[in-house]
Amino acid sequence: MVTSDILLVGQPNVGKSVLFSRLTGITTIASNYPGTTISYTAGEMRFDGERYALVDAPGTYVLEPLDEAGRVTIDLLDDAKRLVNVIDSTRLERHLPLTLELIAQNIPMVVALNMSDEARHQGISIDTEKLGELLGIPVIPITARTGEGVKTLISSLLSLPVSEKKKADRSGHPGHHPHIQHLSPGTPTTPHNHLNQDHIWKRVGQIVGEVQTLSHRRESFGEHIAALSVHPVWGVFFALIVLALSFSLIRLIGEFLIGGGVGIIGDPWIVLPFGTELLFEKWVTPLLMKLSHILGEHTVIHKILIGSLINGEIDLMQSFGVLTSGLFIPLGAVLPYLFSFYLILSILEDSGYLPRLAVFMDNIMHRIGLHGYAIIPTLLGLGCNVPGVMATRILETKQQRFITATLISIAVPCAALQAMIIGLVGDRGVGPLIVIYGSLVFIWFAVGVVLRFAAKGFRPELLIEIPPYRFPSLRTLISKMWMRTSGFLREALPIIAGAILVVNLLYQLQIFEHIARFAEPVVTRLWGMPKESIVPLLLGVLRKDVAIGMFAPLDLTTKQLIIGSVLLSTLFPCIATFVVLFRELGVKDTLKSIGVMAISVITVGTALNLVIS
Amino acid sequence: MKSISEMNINEAGRIVSLHGGWRQQAHLRALGLAEGQVIRKLSALAWGGPIIVLVNRAQVAIGKGMARRIVVETI
Repeated sequence: MVTSDILLVGQPNVGKSVLFSRLTGITTIASNYPGTTISYTAGEMRFDGERYALVDAPGTYVLEPLDEAGRVTIDLLDDAKRLVNVIDSTRLERHLPLTLELIAQNIPMVVALNMSDEARHQGISIDTEKLGELLGIPVIPITARTGEGVKTLISSLLSLPVSEKKKADRSGHPGHHPHIQHLSPGTPTTPHNHLNQDHIWKRVGQIVGEVQTLSHRRESFGEHIAALSVHPVWGVFFALIVLALSFSLIRLIGEFLIGGGVGIIGDPWIVLPFGTELLFEKWVTPLLMKLSHILGEHTVIHKILIGSLINGEIDLMQSFGVLTSGLFIPLGAVLPYLFSFYLILSILEDSGYLPRLAVFMDNIMHRIGLHGYAIIPTLLGLGCNVPGVMATRILETKQQRFITATLISIAVPCAALQAMIIGLVGDRGVGPLIVIYGSLVFIWFAVGVVLRFAAKGFRPELLIEIPPYRFPSLRTLISKMWMRTSGFLREALPIIAGAILVVNLLYQLQIFEHIARFAEPVVTRLWGMPKESIVPLLLGVLRKDVAIGMFAPLDLTTKQLIIGSVLLSTLFPCIATFVVLFRELGVKDTLKSIGVMAISVITVGTALNLVIS
Repeated sequence: MKSISEMNINEAGRIVSLHGGWRQQAHLRALGLAEGQVIRKLSALAWGGPIIVLVNRAQVAIGKGMARRIVVETI
């Protein structure tokens, strides 16, 4: 389906994306492969005055349709003119089986022995000429991070003839791939299948024996630390430190980008004349005020575009017009946090720490039917639910994605919300705060357990390769950041603006008031909250921190404040999260999610009302 | 012969057989955990979490359930 002049294929963690970003620059786009949740990246490479379509296939261990990555890669192979098989030189015997399978595809191919610098460092020496002879194709050592050898690689690749006979050689069946085991349900694991695997491993062993020599070296300091991070005891401390550090950084950078303030908890320590808020106030607001005067404050079109004026002025969060909040919320409030998250996430990803974190969390996560890996989106949700839900893409099954995303929307409060809760409830002492957070954790667990039993599906056990720690390459980081933020801008922006428009209309048509009347008995009798709290609760759909702020003048008792905070966190995600949920889960599952949320909210509110004195 | 779960830390073994569903087995083989391959058990988290083994000079984490279904002969 997707054609390429050059296709990069290889196992995960070999540095394909580093090579890719080196070859293409910023013309890359990460796309969802049609029909899957796996993304591949496509870009344009210029070499010697010519342009080539370059595609980076998802990392896969074998050419078998075992998972999405495998299927997508197999598909991409069908339409690829030339292949570059990227290999980790430090683990030759691990990667060669895939290489052998790829060679059998009969597509013009070159092997890129990446990470040559590390191989040298570790005392590994590979006779690349001999290896090339044994494999029958060119083998070029490179270091994608520094660019060493890359030019030679491409010249070598492009000098290979692309034959028209190629497709015929591959036996004419579009889906037939020689040497690949097509395992399907019901295939007994006969000795025959094993023999073929055995045969591949033996061949790999032979080849490696002839080309590779290892010289012994002592474990370096870096390796000692690496061992520490998976130690049963020290590893936990390590994990906690990494997490705390990540959070702080995310918050720091996010707040800095929004308001120019530098600080982690509470008020910033210093404020610089910088930030999206400032930019908006300085440039956009005056323009919009002019527009407001032209339109006239009480016209319908004003209400839609600008929203309501608060004390005669535009408030970027509260006015609620398509041009005011519709622009500010995604660009000024969410985007900075998103950027900040993706930065930290990409660093954690590229450094290799994430799989280790997943290992630690695996046991706990299993109780609620999830993989250790699900900890990552959940943690992200603590800063902002939007990247949290988006990150559920890294999970393998639909069921896991559903459970994780639902739990995030229900029980994980975003940083903005937490800040408001702490600010508002903190005065009443630490006790109420503990109750609030405790309730949320409890909800997370309880709903998770319920969903685990309710939802059917294959629950995979953890099985992942733990890559060695690597220093993230700045180039790849920038490339990733660019891809992710531009993706957000392209997709989320129009939808959030549209959603604000819709809510605005509903408000104008007084639908909210009807809902309020309908909801009153639940709110007052089951939850024990005053009926004025209905509006803030509903507005929590749009922006939770603002909604909490609306509790302030209501003069609630501590108990009511506790219930209100928990309710607000649990009741419906904010509009941005809603949008992302639709995107990630699809309509049906999102509705299911909402159902779960509604039930949880009513139950929890009532329970708290009864239990707290 | 014993399962990976029963191995001691730092013990090495050659994989003799894999049990469990066809899918799990295929995944294991894809990661290099195939019959005939030599592995070394690196660590096991105290509270019953995944087990980390060294195979082909790479580290792989295996869920404890799966580790019980891989049989090795120690060397």
